[in-house]
Amino acid sequence: MKYISEYRDPQLVKKYLHELFRVTTRPWTLMEICGGQTHSLVKNGLLDMLPPQINMVHGPGCPVCVTSVSVLDEALWLAQQPDVIFCSFGDMLRVPGSSQSLLHAKAAGADVRILYSPLEAVQLAVDNPTKEVVFFAVGFETTAPANALSVVQAAARGVTNYSILASHVLVPPAMEAILGDPDNLIDGFLAAGHVCTIMGTTEYDPIAAKYKVPIVVTGFEPADLLQGILMTVTQLEKGTYKVENQYARMVAREGNAMAMKAIHEVFDVSDRMWRGIGSIPESGYEVKAAYSQYNARLKFNIQLPVREEDPDCISGDIMRGHKKPVQCPAFGNRCKPEHPLGAPMVSSEGACAAYYQYKSSV
Amino acid sequence: MNLNCPLPTNGVSRIITLGHGSGGLLTHQLLQTEVFDLLHNDWLDQQHDGATFSLNGKVAFSTDSYVVSPLFFPGGNIGDLAINGTVNDLAMCGAMARYLSLSFIIEEGLELCLFREVLRHIKAAAQAAGVAIVTGDTKVVERGKGDQLFINTSGIGHIHPRAQIHHNRIVPGDVVIVSGEIAAHGMAIMSVRKGLEFETEVCSDTRPLHEMVGKLLDCFGEQVKFLRDPTRGGLASVLNEMTEATKLGVMMEENSLPLNEQVAAACEMLGLDPLYVANEGIMVAIVSEAVAPTVLGALKGMKGGEQAAIIGRVTKEHAGKVVLESRIGGHRVVNFLPGEQLPRIC
Repeated sequence: MKYISEYRDPQLVKKYLHELFRVTTRPWTLMEICGGQTHSLVKNGLLDMLPPQINMVHGPGCPVCVTSVSVLDEALWLAQQPDVIFCSFGDMLRVPGSSQSLLHAKAAGADVRILYSPLEAVQLAVDNPTKEVVFFAVGFETTAPANALSVVQAAARGVTNYSILASHVLVPPAMEAILGDPDNLIDGFLAAGHVCTIMGTTEYDPIAAKYKVPIVVTGFEPADLLQGILMTVTQLEKGTYKVENQYARMVAREGNAMAMKAIHEVFDVSDRMWRGIGSIPESGYEVKAAYSQYNARLKFNIQLPVREEDPDCISGDIMRGHKKPVQCPAFGNRCKPEHPLGAPMVSSEGACAAYYQYKSSV
Repeated sequence: MNLNCPLPTNGVSRIITLGHGSGGLLTHQLLQTEVFDLLHNDWLDQQHDGATFSLNGKVAFSTDSYVVSPLFFPGGNIGDLAINGTVNDLAMCGAMARYLSLSFIIEEGLELCLFREVLRHIKAAAQAAGVAIVTGDTKVVERGKGDQLFINTSGIGHIHPRAQIHHNRIVPGDVVIVSGEIAAHGMAIMSVRKGLEFETEVCSDTRPLHEMVGKLLDCFGEQVKFLRDPTRGGLASVLNEMTEATKLGVMMEENSLPLNEQVAAACEMLGLDPLYVANEGIMVAIVSEAVAPTVLGALKGMKGGEQAAIIGRVTKEHAGKVVLESRIGGHRVVNFLPGEQLPRIC
């Protein structure tokens, strides 16, 4: 637990809180990008410890939450094909598509497997030569390198019964979509620490400059989050708007060159549909033409009608920071984790699930 | 543990087939050579349809089915669970298990040596828990219609004369104690589950709790108001069931939760909350405030209770809810888990 417990130290937390109360003179609205940060804020009870002028809103950085219904329908369709072993990270299984979730499909007989690494899916393909193994390649920039490597490895090993259903999303275009919205309320950002571990921090410089907004790359433990908030508020109070790095123990300015090389080898930047937000230009990764035999969409020639999200789900407003989960009329009654209207109530990183699980009337 | 199958002897199958469940000669042979010879006692030796015995006084009766995969995992196996689980369910009622039934549903193709190994563990666990297996059943299902081996055990036992265990006796101010480190069993299973394997030395905590309960009741009797073993759903679910039933609250301190560092690290890595992870060898006890420190001291002196800790208190406030004070002093609700805990993406 080294490198974790130090950042849960109550004394350090107290110190940052004290400093935060000292520097805060005005109301500020900050958005934490990553769902992991949202959960840590709520799970540790931090939201109620902050100065009352600081309003934290919860960003779009939950890969499960932003994956569109149409992509989930593609996943469900693939999982139900004969002789397909459909592999996914665990979180995606409970998210509803337009008709059902992967968990339901599994219960009804589809061969759906939870894996931790796409490289295990390649091995599964080797071990099951008569089956088609498909990996559900979701996530932000964080999971893209491993998913890309699985394709590189499959190609190198001559594995032909492996493919991925890519639904990667990218943070900077989503931030621009939020900042470019005329109703934008966000004064400063906590950027997602693990995304920056891969991509570095340089792509945030032009955003900070263009929108005059401080961006602090921040970790996930209580002391990380408070220090990130403190750095952001300090900039806001001073009127500066730089990119700063709170999570320097993990994030280098230039990122992880090998990981980025793997991404660029396999993926092209493409437009992507975000659940609740709509299509954002150049905000995702799709498998490159050179690797098209590993692109499940092409391999299985998937052609499904585009479906809409449940109109009662306000996930778009939540992920753009316009509303808090508790402001949704369906929250906690028509929408609960056991019968969700939208993904933010299902995912372990979803803002609605965090509020429902940890914050319901403490 | 030796799981190597010996070479087949003449005429004896190395695997269990549908024929072993037919009720004919193969069934007879299987039961005789594998079950009765090993587990024999006065009741089983009669090979009757049921067991007859006398019981005086108040008894508790419980049943549970065991479907764990894989059958063998670090620190235990399905046989240990099948005995300890039902012994513990009875212990939580304040009863010492005396007689157990033992039923197998076997998927055809199960290697006989695995079955034999499970039976050996069943025998050892039953001896350790001082319980007699007095009746049972064996069925074989077609391949694909089971998962190697399912076991059901039911048990009956005498209630301790001083036991008054009921949630309606809990009052605000009562103290919540856990008898050992949480989440070990679930993480041990997770570490060997296909597709999720990771390297760790975490072992299941499976053990019988009847002696611990017996000693507590001997010493503290009616001051022990509530006992539960937090198996599936973990500590959080047991406490939520209690608060829901009593309309009282629980305030729990994260700092006080006994949690092995390796288990904590494994949970951290997989994105699982140890409060919801299964246990098989610890219990939650809610006791009067006056005796809580002495109960804790007594537990710490018992085998399997060395890591016992006071983790919280029953409150009038936030009725029906379990609230946790985080390490840094924040508060959050600990709810029922809406479904299975699923490993996260990143």
